[in-house]
Amino acid sequence: MYTSMHNDSRFGTTPLKDAPLRKDGMEKVRGTARYVADITYPGMLHAVTARTRLPGGTIASITFDDHVPWSEYVVVTARDIPGINAVKMIETDQPVLVETHYRHAGEPVVLIAHPDPQALADALAAVHIDERPYAKPPVFAIEEALRADTRRIAADNVYRDYLMEKGSVMDAEKESCQVFEAEYHTGAQEHLYIEPQGMMARMEGGILTVEGSLQCPYYVHAALMYATGLPEERVRVLQCATGGAFGGKEEYPSHIACHAALVTMKAGGRPVALIYGRGEDMAVTPKRHPSRSRVRLGASRDGRLRFIDIDFVIDGGAYLTLSPVVLSRGVIHAAGPYRCDNVRVRARAVATNHPPFGAFRGFGAPQSIFALEAALDELARMLEMEPDVLRRRNVLAPGDISPAGQRIEGPLDMQRVIGQALEACDYHAKVEAYRQWNAQKGAIRKGIGLATFYHGAGFTGNGELALRSRAGLRVGADGLVEILTSTTEMGQGMQTTLSGIVAEALRIPYEGVAVARPDTRDVPNSGPTVASRTCMVVGAILARAADDLIARLRADAALPSVYGYGEFRDACARLHAAGGVTTIIADYRHPAGNEWDESVFQGSPYASFAWACYVAEVEVDAVTGETRIVDFTAVQEVGRVVHATVAAGQIEGGVVQGIGYALFEDVRFGADGQMANNRITNYIIPTSADIPPIRVLFLESRHGAGPGGAAGIGELPMDGPAPAIINAINAALGTEIRHVPAMPEHILAAMDRRSA
Amino acid sequence: MTIPCRFIVNGSAVSGSFPPMRRLLDVLRGECGLTATKEGCGEGECGSCAVLLDDTLVNSCLVPIADVNGREVTTLEGLPKDDPLFAAFAATGGTQCGICTPGMIMAARALLNDCLRPDLSQTREALSGNLCRCTGYGGIYAAIRTASGQGE
Ligand code: FES
Ligand code: FES
Repeated sequence: MYTSMHNDSRFGTTPLKDAPLRKDGMEKVRGTARYVADITYPGMLHAVTARTRLPGGTIASITFDDHVPWSEYVVVTARDIPGINAVKMIETDQPVLVETHYRHAGEPVVLIAHPDPQALADALAAVHIDERPYAKPPVFAIEEALRADTRRIAADNVYRDYLMEKGSVMDAEKESCQVFEAEYHTGAQEHLYIEPQGMMARMEGGILTVEGSLQCPYYVHAALMYATGLPEERVRVLQCATGGAFGGKEEYPSHIACHAALVTMKAGGRPVALIYGRGEDMAVTPKRHPSRSRVRLGASRDGRLRFIDIDFVIDGGAYLTLSPVVLSRGVIHAAGPYRCDNVRVRARAVATNHPPFGAFRGFGAPQSIFALEAALDELARMLEMEPDVLRRRNVLAPGDISPAGQRIEGPLDMQRVIGQALEACDYHAKVEAYRQWNAQKGAIRKGIGLATFYHGAGFTGNGELALRSRAGLRVGADGLVEILTSTTEMGQGMQTTLSGIVAEALRIPYEGVAVARPDTRDVPNSGPTVASRTCMVVGAILARAADDLIARLRADAALPSVYGYGEFRDACARLHAAGGVTTIIADYRHPAGNEWDESVFQGSPYASFAWACYVAEVEVDAVTGETRIVDFTAVQEVGRVVHATVAAGQIEGGVVQGIGYALFEDVRFGADGQMANNRITNYIIPTSADIPPIRVLFLESRHGAGPGGAAGIGELPMDGPAPAIINAINAALGTEIRHVPAMPEHILAAMDRRSA
Repeated sequence: MTIPCRFIVNGSAVSGSFPPMRRLLDVLRGECGLTATKEGCGEGECGSCAVLLDDTLVNSCLVPIADVNGREVTTLEGLPKDDPLFAAFAATGGTQCGICTPGMIMAARALLNDCLRPDLSQTREALSGNLCRCTGYGGIYAAIRTASGQGE
């Protein structure tokens, strides 16, 4: 089965004619969707945050200038926290508001609120936080953090130390093989969702009610209970329309929610808006973890991988936050989709004095995949093999065992994925043509490069078991089926995808399904909206809820065994007449045989993977070092495309973020360890003028664990562009560029090294 | 200090006293209650606050209200309800999270007002001041092609 979604020279994707309209499309194009900044309440306050300036230290005192009429303001410090002063995440090492000790610049200390937003700037300037630095200098680089004599931020400055081991690299090294070895780096990346973060909190009938821009309502709910000490039933979290997230609104919204909650609690329940400006958002919220990988590859002369040995380190920043899950995904993807009997991946997340890094689309995988895929091209060069041949020789096939010890099940065929990608862009002809072109030694050099990779869908390892997600369906007299889930729409098309899955399972029209607003008072906890788990994991739970609903309608409302939509609705009306609104909740079921041993990183880390081959074509100006991507091909085996326009939009959007990661998006840190270029003016993301034609093709072998054989796809497209682009640049110039972003100055320096 | 200002928003007269440097964006979202216009950066870089000022596309976060005196503003809410851009953006993948969408549609409207059937390079040029972090722009190009009767 093969869906072609060619766009060739025309850009954009041709949607399949039968793809139904996005559920949230009309409210978004009409501008009626309500984002948090669009909400107002009578008497509401606006809040701002006073923060630390030093990269770690202690607070000696906080003073307030007396020219400000403070009685008009609500002022909150750590002493106003009724519960525990920690943000509940994987651990609880990060304070909601700093009391004395802190670890990075930009930590929240004081909250100030006033009915007039214009009155905040002066008041903020009148708050003085007397900060004392620590004796030892701050630590910002991975290697510094690992040295024994530098400042300790966490125990040994290592949050987590994982080892994935299969076979024996040591034994493999004794055999004769060609060894390639190099070090690769990836930079931080800012999410730059176009809607900055924000929350609105108020007390409503004794219930703390917080609504805002967020991915994971129950994370926020848990954090609020922890910090306020309020019981479960007195805390309510609702999601507003969310203007992009990409992982950036997974964990930080809990901080803002706690802050807004503390202000409203001190202000007698008055509504409080805490909306970040762009500069503040970019300076203090998490970004993609920077990484360093030392890669050693052993291969036979004919290109069979004998061993893969990787030392992978990510900079976690000043608190643990989500680093363990970013790291574990990075480890599992580090050895790629390749057959190799001897694999060792050691992986550490280290502590530095940067603001914490966090989840960003692909979390951990784009970093480790970049290193491996760039190294494979260099190995190919050493072996005098074509990069595509090297990959074809090693890529996993059904029946093979993955580096994590997982048996690959058919019917997917990665050789076919590679074949499609190379054919779609006329790869072999271009390799030849560009070689000839570059032999002329003109100013413009041309190159083509590829990357092959897979991306696991759902929480890693036993994560889904621990989540024990629940989701459900609700139906009333009119027969409209409402999906109840805490999974959130942030643009990825979750409402559309899940509605399609439920409509299909119930055999009713798509229009007969709607998605209830994520509201912790109304929807069960279906887990966080992360890790490409929505379609595959939540979709599968909902498909089972649909089966249960049909069974109920048959048993209690005489739904015939074969039915049309009219009969379905009639049965719903009868069910309602007999017992009122019906709610069916289903639980997660772990796929049989999917065992995972976290202590050795062996087993089945993911229920399914999406597989891909991406090809980039570039033109590099050898004088200025500027790179233009002239064409991009993304072929992926995703099991099944549930909604063509949504799926294509995920791939195209992810590819463009990957292009930014590879070439433009350069987070610069100031001496205080915070992002210094925290403006859209000086942190450059791709505009419509920067992007090439993107060819998106899907293969659908129905191999996935989701409804109808679907695997998750949201993160996949982030993994491939950076290595494909760097491989294309290195092919064009004969260079050894080993980090992203590859800015023009890096490219020129690499050319100098080559000539030297 | 405030100054009196009179101007037209979406066909209706607005008058009031404003601090002269108050941003058009804030007046639209605040006093006028027109929240389709979004604030993404506040410094003229993202285009999510784009509106038409006397038929010219401007970033309303950069326009002081004093400059609007005697002029005419059109926001997304002021476009004809049957503007083909609405259906096209909803159908072709032109919107995902939606936060850039009102500004994108205003930029697209300004483009189509100047040029009935823009080609790809005209489209790219016209949208280069509007950032979208979700779509990768392909769905937006498709929407403009559809709305200008050039197929998908
Ligand atoms: S908010 Fe006006 S350009 Fe970004
Ligand atoms: S749709 Fe999200 S920024 Fe464009």
